[in-house]
Amino acid sequence: MTGADVREAITRAHRDEWARVIAALTRRFGDLDIAEEAAAEAFAAAVERWPRDGVPPNPAAWLTLTANRRAIDRVRRESKRDDRHREARMLHDDDPPEPLGAVDDARLRLIFTCCHPALATETRVALTLRMVAGLTVPEIARAFLVRETAMERRITRAKAKIRDARVPYRVPSAEDLPERVSGVLAVLFLVFNEGYLATGPGTDPVRPGLTAEAIRLTRLVRALLPGDGEVAGLLALMLLIEARRAARLSRTGELVTLDEQDRGAWDAGLVAEGHRLVRERLATGEPPGRYQILAAINAVHTSARDVRDTDWSQIVALYDQLVRLDRSPVVALNRAVAVAELDGPDVALAAVDRLGGDLAGYCPFHATRADLLRRLGRSGESRAAYDRAIELAGNSAEIAALTRRRDRLAG
Amino acid sequence: MQYLVSVIFDEEGRATAEEEAAIDVFNDRLVAEGHWVFAGGLGAPATATVIDNRGGERLVTDGPFVESKEFLAGFWIIEAADLDVALGLAAEGSRACNRKVEVRPFL
Repeated sequence: MTGADVREAITRAHRDEWARVIAALTRRFGDLDIAEEAAAEAFAAAVERWPRDGVPPNPAAWLTLTANRRAIDRVRRESKRDDRHREARMLHDDDPPEPLGAVDDARLRLIFTCCHPALATETRVALTLRMVAGLTVPEIARAFLVRETAMERRITRAKAKIRDARVPYRVPSAEDLPERVSGVLAVLFLVFNEGYLATGPGTDPVRPGLTAEAIRLTRLVRALLPGDGEVAGLLALMLLIEARRAARLSRTGELVTLDEQDRGAWDAGLVAEGHRLVRERLATGEPPGRYQILAAINAVHTSARDVRDTDWSQIVALYDQLVRLDRSPVVALNRAVAVAELDGPDVALAAVDRLGGDLAGYCPFHATRADLLRRLGRSGESRAAYDRAIELAGNSAEIAALTRRRDRLAG
Repeated sequence: MQYLVSVIFDEEGRATAEEEAAIDVFNDRLVAEGHWVFAGGLGAPATATVIDNRGGERLVTDGPFVESKEFLAGFWIIEAADLDVALGLAAEGSRACNRKVEVRPFL
């Protein structure tokens, strides 16, 4: 086995086994901090020993065993120092898991703990990326443009709160499950969106590392909760958006809108998988939730070989369905974009203008208005709206695209 | 595991008769289900007195230790297996007394 093969084996083990090792250790030792430290040490030991001794036949078992030993060493060290302190560190795991069919993977408990509603949203995101995805603290800090020390502090505080306030390490009861799953999905979608359209000016505009990580975690949640419609919906939605990634950025680094994308550059495999999931959900006949509707909308878009073939009436009907579940003005704005194609830009503009109160500080609101005004030949107003959108945009590729559109205006 | 459930409020004055009745029902349930440790309502912040005897010389100050719009109006101490149980009870307590509550674990 060459050095490259060993490195590849370690990378693969880290990707596939990190969450499992953390979850197994958290379950046994009842403490995220112990689990995290011991897992990190086990992977460091692998980096040191595998090139010399060879990759063990069962890397996962080797890592879990090594991490377990490290954790036991630490607990012994600390119990000598302070027994009561160690006891206070224990997360509680004495309740039998709620019956959830055959599913009770320790990783699922881990995800629910990291996404607990008693933690702030940005903390849930950071903790999930650290404990479940195995990203390092510097990587997470970079991803969210936060200083490393600040991110370290955030994660340390979260671990302390989980321990001291005794956030349970278990799959929520059936009664709480839908709400808690939706909390987990919100975290995964935030990670995905930050990769899809980075918010800060100091990063790459599109960050495939984050979208890939979000998809990987959503696949994991789907494997653990295969019957949940919204989990399937979110996975389909991510796949159908990710499928268009190569076409979303021009050679000169501008964001390319859906209508101008080279559809031949879409990833046919991801499109097919996304469509399959959407069809599977439709076949159940269960009422769809938000992510399933968004996935269906994206399935309609990705079914059209040319933007002119898009079934806009279907898209508007899906948005109507979505508006009934989610009254947010952002949904209404997206619906208006589809209405422009079906009923014309004047009808859409009237709908968009009604949202001005809520969305005055929202870049896509001004970008949409600018586009509709341009199509209505109202160049002066369109230019002003583009100016406002550019002021509010944070993403460098988006700014480039808006600027080009503005500068193409007549007069 | 014990948790302090603090009742946060921004107006002086006692609970209404309706709120009192709802609190009684909630308290009975805490007792019946083994969550009850202790609870009580507090006088207005203006009734507080701060004592500082760290230096061995008793220093008495009139009023609360921190002036703020929101203050501690009362509290429960509950016994709960974990934070989910505590949050569930706190949500019912908040509804019963018709005020915001904060949940904190005892060490």
